[in-house]
Amino acid sequence: MTEAQRTAETRTAGKVLIDGSMLIIEALARAGADVFVGYPITPANLLYSYGARRFPISLAAPDEISTLQWMSGYSAAGRIPVTATSFPGYALMVESINMAYMMELPMVIVLAQRLGPATGTATMGAQGDLLLMQGTLSGGYPLPTLCISGMEDCWTISAEAVRMAVRLRTPVVLLTSKDGVMTLRSFDASSLPPIEPVAHDLYAGEAPYRSYEPKDDLVPWYLPVGNGRHQVRLTASTHDRGGILQNATPEALGNTRRLPEKIERNIGEFAFYELDEQEDAKTLIVSYGITAPAAREAKDLVRERGGAVSLLVMKTLLPVPPAYWTIIERYRRIVIAEENLQGSLRAVLFGQAPREDVAQVNAIGRFVTPEEIAGEVLGRG
Amino acid sequence: MDKRYLDTEGLPFCKGCSHHLIARAADKALAKLGIDPLDVVIVTDIGCHGIIDKRFSTHTVHGLHGRSIALAMGISASLNDPRKKVLVFIGDGGTTIGINHLIGAAHRNIDMTVVVHNNMLYGMTGGQRSDLTPGAFRTRSPIEGFTEKPLDVLRIARDSGAAWACRIAAHGDISDAIVEAMRAPGFALLEVLEICPSYGVKENRELKVTEMEEKLGLPLEKHVNEHPATADVAPRAGVRSLLEGLAPIPVRHGHSLEGPLTIMISGSAGEGVQSAADIFVTAAISCGLEATKKSAYPVTVGVGFSTAVVTVSPARIEFTGVRKIDWALASSADGMQYLSKHIEGMGGGTVMADASNAPPATAAAVKSADFRGAVPPKEVNLLMLFTLLEMSGIFPPEAFADAIAGTKLGARIDPQRLIEAAKVIGSTIG
Repeated sequence: MTEAQRTAETRTAGKVLIDGSMLIIEALARAGADVFVGYPITPANLLYSYGARRFPISLAAPDEISTLQWMSGYSAAGRIPVTATSFPGYALMVESINMAYMMELPMVIVLAQRLGPATGTATMGAQGDLLLMQGTLSGGYPLPTLCISGMEDCWTISAEAVRMAVRLRTPVVLLTSKDGVMTLRSFDASSLPPIEPVAHDLYAGEAPYRSYEPKDDLVPWYLPVGNGRHQVRLTASTHDRGGILQNATPEALGNTRRLPEKIERNIGEFAFYELDEQEDAKTLIVSYGITAPAAREAKDLVRERGGAVSLLVMKTLLPVPPAYWTIIERYRRIVIAEENLQGSLRAVLFGQAPREDVAQVNAIGRFVTPEEIAGEVLGRG
Repeated sequence: MDKRYLDTEGLPFCKGCSHHLIARAADKALAKLGIDPLDVVIVTDIGCHGIIDKRFSTHTVHGLHGRSIALAMGISASLNDPRKKVLVFIGDGGTTIGINHLIGAAHRNIDMTVVVHNNMLYGMTGGQRSDLTPGAFRTRSPIEGFTEKPLDVLRIARDSGAAWACRIAAHGDISDAIVEAMRAPGFALLEVLEICPSYGVKENRELKVTEMEEKLGLPLEKHVNEHPATADVAPRAGVRSLLEGLAPIPVRHGHSLEGPLTIMISGSAGEGVQSAADIFVTAAISCGLEATKKSAYPVTVGVGFSTAVVTVSPARIEFTGVRKIDWALASSADGMQYLSKHIEGMGGGTVMADASNAPPATAAAVKSADFRGAVPPKEVNLLMLFTLLEMSGIFPPEAFADAIAGTKLGARIDPQRLIEAAKVIGSTIG
């Protein structure tokens, strides 16, 4: 931590009036991200303006594809880039995110969700993009997706997103929504834990470097292009461990198989969630993101009314950490609350098939309310 | 020739393809520059030219179709070191797809050399035309939607701000052109005219590479910009924590709230609704309250309504949705228009409105006064919030006054005058 950071933390002891965007950008920067590539899109504009101020390198990109490509270039050359967008921009980034995933380039994409489809309503929050995260990568591979469910998460989960990106050499999506990044709140900034910057696992060997030779944890060592010690080869096409394009050799297909395995094997290290279990509860409320506050209040409402209920707020959304299944199996009934019509988290967890033991509480154009969730729990609980 | 850079054994191109010539020329150019292979990053793209990277001993990055210039932009800007050279190989198809990236990098004069392998068609996919294919060049694809005149990437690069741009034919030794491009101070584009041997030769049997300038109307010319404008991409020193300027708000006052209270205040853009609400929230925090504030306004921020939703509470505010509106304040016709649907739905609480705009039928108590006649338009929202404090007593108006004094408004607004005005109005309508 620098002297300036220590001073800043001292000065901010006590309540401040702050929005989530400021906490997110500050946390990303403290965690080691050093490049912000942005372009204006609502509701991510505060992230853009703070990013421009806070990062040592901040660039205005002309479009969304350029954004992801520039970020990939920065990431290939040793930096840790960040952008902030919303669905319309993310949609245009998809091919380039596939490239960054294939090249194993660390970066963080903050996605502030808004009401869709298409341009929808830019100034209205939503949770409509989770299935897009699940389907971003051709082949259905898991794109690490973390989700912010409150002001404290703006700090801790953002920092974890950087750590995850660097540690696993992968793009990471940090999911939030309009309310999560734009609402001003009283907040005790003095309670924020310190954030240690992360660094690449740099290859220090003498033997020629192979960009995709995995360590025991399936994550390859990192070296930036342009370094004077070893040649670095990166490619978006199917490739061998040396980064040489191959059509479908066993080694190349093995490398492709490693990409999801790398994430899944290490997801336990990044399984972030909030669990409030009540003895004898047979119903579990599951929520995330901007519906999490309503779910927390719903849990309290149910208990105040004499009901028993537990709450699981998922902050790691993709890949689904195995720990969630262990928790879910303990309950007879699951109530999933989210701000979309179709039930995206429900689909991620349980697919499309109707199930007696899974209920949904959904809304668009407004928050899901605590009363609606509590009503669903108590109505049939 | 020094072969440190390119393994020329079994180059992956078709017999007769000029990509051989370009690859060998790049090898020779790097040798002429005497540069360490690890000081070079070759960025390639989709297309036949792109499969050359595995033959180079430099760093190599093989990206998406049409995006290599943008990818190289990030690499070059990150390295930001004139000793490091970024060399981009792209085809005419890729150039077509990513023409905006070419414009963007040239416009910023990002340090890189782009070699456009213009073999007049998409060779890897069957010989389709690109935007760089002249009308006089025949291809197998009967696709429409082209003019006789191809995109002139040379002039696009030049006009966008490139340091150097040149078109040559793939004939003889072109290594000096690559050397010159790589020595240019910033963005350099070298377009090399070729004829694809697999999809171009049969359809254009009479055409020779050396005749392409004349027969296809592609002038072999060079543009050197002696004074290119270059974007600064160097890291900034001394960036500061965003939290550094964020002073904690000391608790100096008390409050009388026992539960959460939600206020919607709506007025006209430019009359200080948002700043009034921000200051009000700051004041609430100075009274030991928790607070949230959201905004709503049209995308054209300078016209129409401007609305703030404020919730203050003695306890932590978890859910930030509006359960019920306790106070609805409309300071103008725009504000009343926005709030009307909310006011209609109020089952209780208080509506405070400027007398010029009557609220719709509501179960809330309606309090109207001539707020706009009492103070200038930019102070009317502050006055309404002072009046709310006067009537509700949720926290002392002095807390609001102190908060105003702590902002830029403090220099030109006398809060005491607003407190007095609020007392007068409050005693009238309260």
